[in-house]
Amino acid sequence: MAHITVGSECWPFTGGQSAFEVEAASVREVIAALDVRFPGLGDFVDRKMAFAIDGEIHQDAWFSPVGSSSEVYLIPKIGGG
Amino acid sequence: MSETLDKPAAQATLNVVGTRPIRPDGADKVTGRATYGADYNMPGQLVGRILRSPHAHARIVSIDASRARALPGVKAVVTSADFPDLASEMHDGGEAASNLRDLSLNVMARGKVLYDGHAVAAVAAVSAAVAEEALSRIKVIYETLPHVIDVEPAMSPDAPVLHDYMFTEGLETPPTVASNIAKRHKNVRGDVDAAFAAADVIVEDRYTTQAVHQGYIEPQACVAAWAEDGRCEVWSSSQGQFMVRTYCAKILGLEISDIRVTPAEIGGGFGGKTTVYLEPIALALSRASGHPVKMVMTREDVFRATGPTSGAVMHVKLGALSDGTITAATVELKFQAGAFPGSPVGAACMTALACYDIANFTIVGWDVVTNTPKTAAYRAPGAPIAAFAVESAVDDLARKLGMDPIALREKNAVRDGTKASYGPTFQNIGYVETLAAIRDSDHYKSPLKPNQGRGVAVGFWFNIGGESTAAIHISEDGSAAVVTGNPDIGGSRASMAMMAAETLGVPVERVRPMIGDTASIGYSMLTGGSRTTFATGMAVVQAAEKVILDLRQRAAKLWEVSLDHVVWRMGQAECIDPAKPEKKPMTLAALAAQSGRTGGPISAQVTLNAQGAGPGFGVHLCDLEVDPETGHTSIVRYTAAQDVGRAIHPSYVEGQIQGGVAQGVGWALNEAYIFDRDGRMENAGFLDYRMPVASDLPMLDTIMIEVPNPRHPFGAKGVGEVPIVPPLAAVANAMRGAIGVRMSSLPLSPPAVLAALDGKGG
Repeated sequence: MAHITVGSECWPFTGGQSAFEVEAASVREVIAALDVRFPGLGDFVDRKMAFAIDGEIHQDAWFSPVGSSSEVYLIPKIGGG
Repeated sequence: MSETLDKPAAQATLNVVGTRPIRPDGADKVTGRATYGADYNMPGQLVGRILRSPHAHARIVSIDASRARALPGVKAVVTSADFPDLASEMHDGGEAASNLRDLSLNVMARGKVLYDGHAVAAVAAVSAAVAEEALSRIKVIYETLPHVIDVEPAMSPDAPVLHDYMFTEGLETPPTVASNIAKRHKNVRGDVDAAFAAADVIVEDRYTTQAVHQGYIEPQACVAAWAEDGRCEVWSSSQGQFMVRTYCAKILGLEISDIRVTPAEIGGGFGGKTTVYLEPIALALSRASGHPVKMVMTREDVFRATGPTSGAVMHVKLGALSDGTITAATVELKFQAGAFPGSPVGAACMTALACYDIANFTIVGWDVVTNTPKTAAYRAPGAPIAAFAVESAVDDLARKLGMDPIALREKNAVRDGTKASYGPTFQNIGYVETLAAIRDSDHYKSPLKPNQGRGVAVGFWFNIGGESTAAIHISEDGSAAVVTGNPDIGGSRASMAMMAAETLGVPVERVRPMIGDTASIGYSMLTGGSRTTFATGMAVVQAAEKVILDLRQRAAKLWEVSLDHVVWRMGQAECIDPAKPEKKPMTLAALAAQSGRTGGPISAQVTLNAQGAGPGFGVHLCDLEVDPETGHTSIVRYTAAQDVGRAIHPSYVEGQIQGGVAQGVGWALNEAYIFDRDGRMENAGFLDYRMPVASDLPMLDTIMIEVPNPRHPFGAKGVGEVPIVPPLAAVANAMRGAIGVRMSSLPLSPPAVLAALDGKGG
């Protein structure tokens, strides 16, 4: 199970819950799993959040792999100047 | 995808990367041959001009352009009525999603003007003089409204509300009343109250910064042509031709396929050219007039109507044990967003404590709309502002603890394996090495003179990857053209040519880097976020590897050996089949000369969405001297160390670091938007908005630390944004050392320094 941690941006969907585990092998599967557990969160995450998978940031990358014990932080998408 | 593409181009010895060849754009730029946005012209083109609001906040009662339209030589007048009234919709187009309604309303006001300089109408005429006369003939009746400029008054419950449909996001209880607070960000770890209660030493202060502009030399400029068949062309200076195409299509209700955008040479962007201002208007004027329309901003336009970055009010409190372990932190950041939501406060919250391993903290950020120009990205958006506050507080903490400021930072530094304050676990970072480089520098050990002070500050930026396309075309003489979709704002053409040359094994002079228009190269996310050398460079290397695979396959056929018996070394194919020792190596030029007979032109394109950009850290050391009689400050010595992954072209990397320092020093010492009581900008020009010039600065020394990013073929990390993060605080901390007073409001201008000295004396 991948360990998912979300910040305050996602709390309106999770009721304030920050950490949970999902069965998923890719970013896309994480998004789908989140949407099943917290309706609407998947779409929100897909549009607004980046995935830090085991310390490496993946942005707009549905097929990035997620390991069975990966640490996944959802952080706002990052731009720059 | 072949095996060759699946693994990084492992290079035992580098021949091109890390060297300092002459920049490919240098001669054109120093001779005036380079073609910037304002250098484009078309037959029959008209001159476009914009009528801008003189009010900070007002309702548009009516616009009467009849007298302007009647003026001979005026070919078109447009207002918001000539643009679709877009619904609120987030759309990817730049680096992050933008609200198309806000984007459109910022390009041309509809119903209300929200800041001094907001566009309300535009004309196209046969000359600049006629266009200016036409603007004076447009009668706009305004109903002025109360306005609010500064962030804290804008947060007040009795503040004039800019958008009656805006309700604060991010609160536990959704508000029922509209306000200027667009969003609250919050990041919490541990038990901060308990940690402060147990702390041996606590420091806290309130910090303020003013809105500052990116200050690019070249104002926005474009030419737009709307053809009779509905197809459009745009030539403009921006950080992304695809961004311009997408936003123009959305704002005007066009198909993307109807717009072709050609990027001009760009005279600086720094994040400020990651959105559109002129292009949709020029297109609308061209559609209405039937002529190409050229528009060039004045410097006043640039200041009044294009994005600065936020002014801010911040509060920082730090708690530490007597051994220097920082155990608790609270950070509150209030950022001006300008007329529409979207200040960089979210990134500021994520970067504020990113250099520190702290067990307990609360970070809160507020995104607040104000009657000022909509903020735009500016190098490491938000991070320098937050770093000014946090690094000032860390400096005060070091003084209170009696610790060396670098030793305090080393004690609390993040390392590989540390969980970053914004969540993920750091890997392959070079922060402690960068701290050590400054600690061990001659500069840090050198003595100071009277009235001088020394400041240390650190900074962090994420860096990003993203979507990029690169193509490599081999000519019949073996030379190569490298085409990418990213405007070159910081030397990326040189980097692209060098990485292609390194991979192909040819001299860099044999590689010509080009930037394609939207119809000639695949989509590329704009140039920004320190992503181009990392992400587009990755595409270039992979395209070169595809070319090499093609060349090996052709050589194998010519030699009648298996592909496994052909290797590519130093720009030529070599046969390693022991049964055919007579086969002599074939150079790229030799293979290219036979390309027609061996399968046709040699060319490859790669598209990718690069992930795994490595974050960057910088440590800056500033010495300054204060004239106690005038309050004037001189930067007398400055050294900046940065983890750059791998410097592809070291001179460019040094230039990026020096440029960031120069901009940061200006931000610290002099720059500020100044508004009068009616909310009008009073210093919309470089005479009154004081940026540093070369004579204001000493030689800025740089130290490049190379901790490679394993996700890039050569180890590159983004380098363009980190160097603007520490200077604000480095200067402020040096000022604290020089005058013995903590100045917590920027800019540290001579009057402010004198006031601080007077306060100290009193």
